[in-house]
Amino acid sequence: MSDVDRLSDHVREEIDRWTARFPEDRKRSAVIAALHAVQHENEGYLTAELMNSVAAYLDLPTIQVYEVATFYSMFQTKEVGRHNVAICTNVSCMLRGAEDIVKHVEQKLGIKVGESTADGRIYLKKEEECLAACCGAPMMMVDHKYHENLTTEQVDEILDGLN
Amino acid sequence: MSDDIVNIEVDGKPVEGRKGQMIIEVTDRVGAYVPRFCYHDKLSVAANCRMCLVEVEKAPKPLPACATPIGEGMKIFTRSPYAIAAQKATMEFLLINHPLDCPICDQGGECELQDLAMGFGSDVSRYHEKKRVVKDKNIGPLVSTDMTRCIHCTRCVRFGAEINGLQELGTMGRGENVKISAFIEKSIDHEMSANIIDLCPVGALNNKPYRYSARAWEMVQRATVAPHDCVGSNLYAHVLRGTIKRIVPRGNEAINETWISDRDRFSYEGIYSVDRLETPRVKENGEWRDIDWETALDVLTTRLQASDGSKIGVLASPSSTIEEAYLISRLADHLGTANIDHRLRQQDFSDQDNDPVAPWLGLTIADLEQCDAVLVAGSNLRKETPILAHRLRKASLAGAQVCFANAEVHEYFFDVAEYLSTAGLVAELAGIAVATGGKLPPAVADLCKDLQPTASQTNVAKILAQGDSSLVLLGHVAARHPAAAAVRALAAAIGEATNSRFGFVSEGANSAGACLAGVTPHRTQGGEARGECGKNAVDMLSNDLDVLLLFGVEPGFDAPPIDAAAQHGFVVACSPYRSEALERDADLLLPIATFAETSGTFVNCEGLWQSFSGVASPVGASRPGWKVLRVLGTLLDGEGFDFESSENVRDELRTALGDIELNNAYQGSAPIVVASDGIDGGLDVPMYQVDGLVRRAEALQLTPEARRSLESSE
Repeated sequence: MSDVDRLSDHVREEIDRWTARFPEDRKRSAVIAALHAVQHENEGYLTAELMNSVAAYLDLPTIQVYEVATFYSMFQTKEVGRHNVAICTNVSCMLRGAEDIVKHVEQKLGIKVGESTADGRIYLKKEEECLAACCGAPMMMVDHKYHENLTTEQVDEILDGLN
Repeated sequence: MSDDIVNIEVDGKPVEGRKGQMIIEVTDRVGAYVPRFCYHDKLSVAANCRMCLVEVEKAPKPLPACATPIGEGMKIFTRSPYAIAAQKATMEFLLINHPLDCPICDQGGECELQDLAMGFGSDVSRYHEKKRVVKDKNIGPLVSTDMTRCIHCTRCVRFGAEINGLQELGTMGRGENVKISAFIEKSIDHEMSANIIDLCPVGALNNKPYRYSARAWEMVQRATVAPHDCVGSNLYAHVLRGTIKRIVPRGNEAINETWISDRDRFSYEGIYSVDRLETPRVKENGEWRDIDWETALDVLTTRLQASDGSKIGVLASPSSTIEEAYLISRLADHLGTANIDHRLRQQDFSDQDNDPVAPWLGLTIADLEQCDAVLVAGSNLRKETPILAHRLRKASLAGAQVCFANAEVHEYFFDVAEYLSTAGLVAELAGIAVATGGKLPPAVADLCKDLQPTASQTNVAKILAQGDSSLVLLGHVAARHPAAAAVRALAAAIGEATNSRFGFVSEGANSAGACLAGVTPHRTQGGEARGECGKNAVDMLSNDLDVLLLFGVEPGFDAPPIDAAAQHGFVVACSPYRSEALERDADLLLPIATFAETSGTFVNCEGLWQSFSGVASPVGASRPGWKVLRVLGTLLDGEGFDFESSENVRDELRTALGDIELNNAYQGSAPIVVASDGIDGGLDVPMYQVDGLVRRAEALQLTPEARRSLESSE
């Protein structure tokens, strides 16, 4: 299978949509969007093969895709649990008890931040910076969805609801 | 005065600069030193080390000299208390995470960070927290990594992306966690990749074979010239008590700039191979035994004197020095033989009388960059001459249209306008020749009869014709081609019809010198035709001879193997090495010095004579080749072999040659007949197999490049 074949039609459409927004010789501009699309289809993480596919599709040296993927914290370059749980620990959330929530989740799941549960269900993201929902602090993001004004009971309910 | 001139002041002195120049370019020119790590004049500006901060009047903060363009009336202070404070502060940050392992670091003593820490560092560290530790990566057999020492200047990253065109290293992660890495476990795999050793300002990327074997201040630095290709890259050998410990580039903008190929850097390992022949050896009744030089030369002279001249053959390496080539050609003259050759891998000698006196590039190496239309035919240029490929890449980046014609498709890291590989070299060139529309000389007209050029061939002809400075270049594959005469005549005709220059990339370090010195069966010194043409390399290896003298040649590796049916009375090999093949083929082995252990001269592809002295002590009882030949000539009662130095040898030849002008113009007029186009493939010699030295360089043999060639030959 060639590198490009690894990308689904949907992902290719998505990348094309983004490359169309930039000048022809600036395909590199679409790397972030492409990686988002690929990661989304691959249960939340990137593999070297998939990054190579993106590089081949955008006609870039593979190393330049690796550089972008390792730079941004929203890209996972190692296998992680399928649900991405990111608890904000920035100032507003911290003042409103985010650290207790992190501690609670760690205990509940039996893992530390940056780890995934053994059953591959949940990935507790290492560190999340402000997600711009300070009015609802403390908050967390589960699979792109915001949950605000959290209590430990609510957190339990949300996490238990993940399949 | 031109508008381009900008008047500025550096440390109180008025200075002129050009518009668009950065501060550091001007301060470097006037000798006001500004410390730096990431800036390098061959690379793009990154401005990420911040070491070059200087004070600029009216600027609200110190400015990086490498990334600040000069402006009219700018007043720059490189040594003011404000500038020094900024530089010292940067140094303090850089040292936060740098380990204090200078005593065990190979860079110690020649480290830019160490040097600048002496000038700008503080005596006492204020940092008491934990230091960052980075896991080392294995990036192959040539470059060692100690990534904890990295200060993230990104010179190595930019070198790959900008100079090689193949970015192999990148910056992974961000902030304090940033790491220089290939991300996946992988060897760097470009023929010039090891230049990152010299670029790295700290001890993060270092010379792996050299690791822990010497200290910079114990070694002496001696100038020499690279012996593997016709570029003749300038080198320094770093020598410890007579032994070469490493090779680094010697800057020469006209030839290799500040780069050298990995082959030139690491081949020295072959000098100290276990294969080295340390004493003369003779085979008696199938048994090899060591003898002294006197006995060995005695055995040889007796044999030579007993033989008929026409039954003596001489094969010399195209990487022999011109002194060796001249003496061996004189020796052949004295012995009365015209059986002498250096064209070891050539197959087609049919049109040799129309060869130029010596093959040359057709222009200077630096002028390659100025070409705007180039056709490289019959060549694996990156592997044959990495430096020429690099120059061509620069031409391409500057807008040149570069085309290739070669049966095997090789990767180039620039835009290739056309790559003709389908029809065979002769047919492709014939197609281009027809497409030029020019009147073709009779020599090639027959080859082009009834040909309909393809669109690609037509395009190549158009590109060459439209170029203001166009060039047709023939490489090693063209010279080895079974229809080399046709290839050459066609290429010359294309050059003529498109008003392009015409050049050769010749084999070995000194093919041009060997031709000038008369190491060919059809011509003697200075290209003068011999009365009777002798046997060429192929004939000598396949026909009976009384004595075959091999000089730096291992048949089967540097040349075709000796034909099993050929009955050679006596085979003597002057060689730095003993090998199974040589011990099978030869009857007498004479140990000669490698390029590093002899003085001599190589004539490179632009016709430049580059002389060098011996830089290392010869291994064992081996002797410089020119001295062996001198003694041999004298013992055989030859006239005028009593040279005192290799310079005498060179000067005698040079005087005899007078002002020979190199000229590639093709004068052939007789029609050339090609039996068949033949099979083009398989004419490449893997780049780490080209000569005995390289074949025995251990680190090079472990590279992905060497492993690939091994796999494909199996």
